[in-house]
Amino acid sequence: MAPGLNRSVAEDAPLLALRGIVKQFPGTLANDHVDLTIGQGEIHALLGENGAGKSTLVKIIYGVMKPDAGSLRWRGQEVAINSPAQARALGIGMVFQHFSLFEALTVSENIALGLNDPKDRENLEGRIAEISSRYGLPLGPHKAVHDLSVGERQRIEIVRCLLQNPKLLIMDEPTSVLTPQEVQALFATLRRLRAEGCSILYISHKLEEIRSLCEAATIMRLGKVVAQCDPREKTARELAELMISAKLKTQDYSQKHSAQGPERLVVSKLTIRSNQQFGTDLKEISFAVKGGEIFGIAGIAGNGQSELMDALSGEIPAGAPGNILLDGAPVGLERPRARRRRGGCFLPEERNGHGAVGGMSLAENGFLSAHIRGALGRFGLINRRRTQEFAAKVISTFDVRTTGPLAEARSLSGGNLQKFLVGREVLQQPGVLVISQPTWGVDAGAAAAIYEALVALAQAGTAIVLISQDLDEILLLCDRIAVIAAGRLSEAMDVKDATIERIGLLMGGTQTGREEEHVVPA
Amino acid sequence: MLFRLEPRGERSGFWSIGSPVLAILLTIVTMMVIFALLGKPPVQGIETFLITPIANVSGLSSLAVRAAPLIMIGAGLALCYRANVWNIGGDGQFTMGALAGAGVALALPNGAFWWEYPLVLALGVLGGMVWAGLVAWLKLKFNANEILTSLMLVYVANLILVWLVTGPWRDPQGFGFPQSAMFGAGATTPDFGSTSIHLGCALAPVLALVLWQILGRSVLGFQLRVVGQAPRAARFAGFSNARLTWIALLVSGGLSGLAGIIEVTGPIGQLTTTITPGYGFSAVIVAFLGRLHPVGVIFAGLLLALSYLGGDAAQINLNMPNAITGIFQGVLLFYLLGADVLILHRVRRIRPRATEAA
Amino acid sequence: MILSMVTTLAMSVVAASTPLLIAASGELVAEKSGVLNLGVEGMMLVGAIAGFATAHHSGSAMLGVGVAALAGIGIAMIFAMLSLSFLANQVATGLALTIFGHGFAALLGAGYVGISAPVLHPIAIPLLSAIPVLGPVLFDENILVYFAFIMLAVIAWFLNKTHAGLILRAVGDSHDAAHAMGYPVLRIRYAAVAFGGAMAGIAGAYFSLFYSPLWSQDLTAGRGWIALALVVFSAWRPLWLLVGAYLFGGITFFSLYVQGLGISVPSPLVSALPYVGTVLVLVLISRDARRIRLNQPACLGKYFHATA
Repeated sequence: MAPGLNRSVAEDAPLLALRGIVKQFPGTLANDHVDLTIGQGEIHALLGENGAGKSTLVKIIYGVMKPDAGSLRWRGQEVAINSPAQARALGIGMVFQHFSLFEALTVSENIALGLNDPKDRENLEGRIAEISSRYGLPLGPHKAVHDLSVGERQRIEIVRCLLQNPKLLIMDEPTSVLTPQEVQALFATLRRLRAEGCSILYISHKLEEIRSLCEAATIMRLGKVVAQCDPREKTARELAELMISAKLKTQDYSQKHSAQGPERLVVSKLTIRSNQQFGTDLKEISFAVKGGEIFGIAGIAGNGQSELMDALSGEIPAGAPGNILLDGAPVGLERPRARRRRGGCFLPEERNGHGAVGGMSLAENGFLSAHIRGALGRFGLINRRRTQEFAAKVISTFDVRTTGPLAEARSLSGGNLQKFLVGREVLQQPGVLVISQPTWGVDAGAAAAIYEALVALAQAGTAIVLISQDLDEILLLCDRIAVIAAGRLSEAMDVKDATIERIGLLMGGTQTGREEEHVVPA
Repeated sequence: MLFRLEPRGERSGFWSIGSPVLAILLTIVTMMVIFALLGKPPVQGIETFLITPIANVSGLSSLAVRAAPLIMIGAGLALCYRANVWNIGGDGQFTMGALAGAGVALALPNGAFWWEYPLVLALGVLGGMVWAGLVAWLKLKFNANEILTSLMLVYVANLILVWLVTGPWRDPQGFGFPQSAMFGAGATTPDFGSTSIHLGCALAPVLALVLWQILGRSVLGFQLRVVGQAPRAARFAGFSNARLTWIALLVSGGLSGLAGIIEVTGPIGQLTTTITPGYGFSAVIVAFLGRLHPVGVIFAGLLLALSYLGGDAAQINLNMPNAITGIFQGVLLFYLLGADVLILHRVRRIRPRATEAA
Repeated sequence: MILSMVTTLAMSVVAASTPLLIAASGELVAEKSGVLNLGVEGMMLVGAIAGFATAHHSGSAMLGVGVAALAGIGIAMIFAMLSLSFLANQVATGLALTIFGHGFAALLGAGYVGISAPVLHPIAIPLLSAIPVLGPVLFDENILVYFAFIMLAVIAWFLNKTHAGLILRAVGDSHDAAHAMGYPVLRIRYAAVAFGGAMAGIAGAYFSLFYSPLWSQDLTAGRGWIALALVVFSAWRPLWLLVGAYLFGGITFFSLYVQGLGISVPSPLVSALPYVGTVLVLVLISRDARRIRLNQPACLGKYFHATA
């Protein structure tokens, strides 16, 4: 920036040094005097739970947000980064957790939008091809983004950053959407970048990944830095204990329940065309779940999970009645309310606007799905007393922190609302419960409460289908597992036979999950 | 920017009521400015517009007569908008209701049967329902945008009206004026005593109160609210979007049709080429100003009715075009929409920061 | 004889299509940026009266067109402020704009009813205007006809070939992503809405200064809404706007033609044809819901509030 800058001083200074960064949001102090130092050519981990303040800190570095206090030094020079464009001009690139891509535009248009300098956009397609081959990031420049897989989308973001020769690359939870094999490919790319002198700020809560990739780590908890260390010298457990306030409880939930009696949910050859704009069609999905059993469906987001959820709950009708049997009754063409009457309960992944209505009270949100099984209406009228009592019971049973049944759903934190919604379904004493991503964006305490509720329900004889992207969660709770990829469901396997590698291959779309059958396209 | 908006995280009860009050106050101030710009004394102008028309009993009864159609249409629209169905063709449904009922009234021998008037009203409701049902059918069957179709059908309904009163239904004894014969006593909306207050003035608030109970207490009302606020949640709960869209449009079309037939068999007494001064559009404002709440709609309907009377008064007393009514209504809706931001957001002042110096 | 009749008919198609094309191409740009402004009819009416009054007092129709554009921008800014800065529902705000526009035009226009103003005269393009039929139809028209064609080409080029156009489309596709990349979402949308307002204002002036150059209330007669329908019809592709606008021009012409032939269809019913035609075309085009979803800007009508 400043032409007269003393080069020798700048060379010795760390690439980026943050001191005393403070950022206040209404109700929370997201960053509380945070210090962070990233050296040249280093892969630096920023570690913390959801809500620890990692994303806020990163947005400050990238100029999306401004800090309330504190200083940033870039190669020894104090700077104020007021916009992402300015960050990019300094040499900071960022790959977002939720990709900032434009679905309707092509790959090269998306990349062009990340380049502010018209000179960078000259001969763009040639340069994309060059970067792609150099770093092993294959991309077709004319494809529209909505046709691409999650892994391909991430490559667009990375290529977009690399085109500007960044000195610092920020990666926000880059592996949460990738198969284990894609993760290995990404790591190879990142190590190559480090070898070329590029620093990487790597944000994650996955401990093993960080131990294998990073040489420095800054650990955050509740907005504060709690430790700075070399992750290679720590065990995963030590890192976890730094990251999580309470001591880790390693519960073995799977011992507490077991399959009993007949199959309560049988899905056979379920084939459905997606009704979403860029959705995934389901192809011949079959599985069966007995009472007392928790059946896990693993897979990366966008492989048909939401369509499967909708098909099971009745939001999308199946092709034929016999595609779905609920306690022996063919319900494939029945609507959601009829399925609930038969004992089916459902909770989709998205809370806001799907599982719950943000602008309605908790009592009304209880009525939403529980009015049939809870008998909360009569003669076409809402029974207000019973509706409020039901909500109050959910609130007290599941320790939902709120002002009461009349509080609006959107006034609750994510974890509290999720506890309420899980409780709403659990208290209906379902015969079959299908639940998707029950602990997404939920703090550890609420997650433990939700796990216990699910296990207790299984013990009572309910058949539970758990759809989740969180492999740890699936391995923790389930008796049997299948993997969904590109709208197809793998054969079910016993949890004892499931290895990360096998699940990973299935996630990548290999039918049996065995390495030798994984055909690499030329 | 010196101020910024911050989400509150929940609805502010205070501003749900405070926003329309603030909007009305700002509108009054703006109207005074407009009066001044047009060279009229502002205080006297606003007095003529808002107070003179209702300063006596006959004024109050005119207010009730004007408010009746606005409340009926507005309550139906409020129901539609709650369900996220954007029916803006109230004027067309009003007109078709009037035509359907009037057709029977003109065809039947006057006063021969006691059931003549109830039949006329029923056909009025049906006419409005058919016109709104068309919108529902086009939306559900062909995915056609209901804003555009309902609006196009306003023009079509109006041209059908013009055709009928200049052609087949023209009064042979009408000296060639484009109007139908007067309706007979057997097909006339009854009124109360010596005032101009008629059956519709009583019916409108009653119907609004019924809708209020349906929206707030019934499972159907709950379903309509859910489908409007979160369509995916409605599907999750198993509420049929198609059924609810039909219900919302049929109810609102029926109410508009009822308003139409009461208007032509009551205050107007015959079909003419202009049976509505844009009630269907003013009712959009009524619905919003009334917070999409049927009871709120009653008050909003009265205010908008006043704006029509005020326009007439301004024309007579101040020699101004009565289009001032449209200005009042538009400005009011602008302020209301602007003030509504306060319901879900609070305004924070931004302190200038000194970090730009680096 | 036949040729001259064809020429006259074709010219009436062009005359009916031009204001639709102008207003719709402005709205297309606004919608591409993710803003659904239903106030086209209101902006047209305000433009019509502003242009008419200016032309009447100044004696210059061209000045009238310029003022109409400014008036369109002015009223569009009310919409932009409410829907973009104050996060008001875009559907409701657009309706408010139309209601206000009706009132505003009626109030200002009350003194002009039945009065005429200078009209826009045809400008013949040398040589080209001498071509039989095509010449008078396409090259001996008033300036706004040329303007409509040129602007359409400019918009198509801007949206598809320029980086600024790419940014505008990106904002309409995902305002969150655009914001995260540092693009000023609100400023871009303000600009797009202003452009839409200017075009609607000019389209309004076309009515008052050429199409029906005697002032009358409500002289746009729902054309603003038809322009909105045209944008849906075009599936947000500029060149299809041209097809749509001329299709509607054709329907309008057909209704005039029927009346001219003296066929005994009552004239009010014939006048209803463009509105019925709009509904029919909407039905035909909307049937394929998937196609609409694929082409429609993903953020259309959604409000944007930056959290940072």
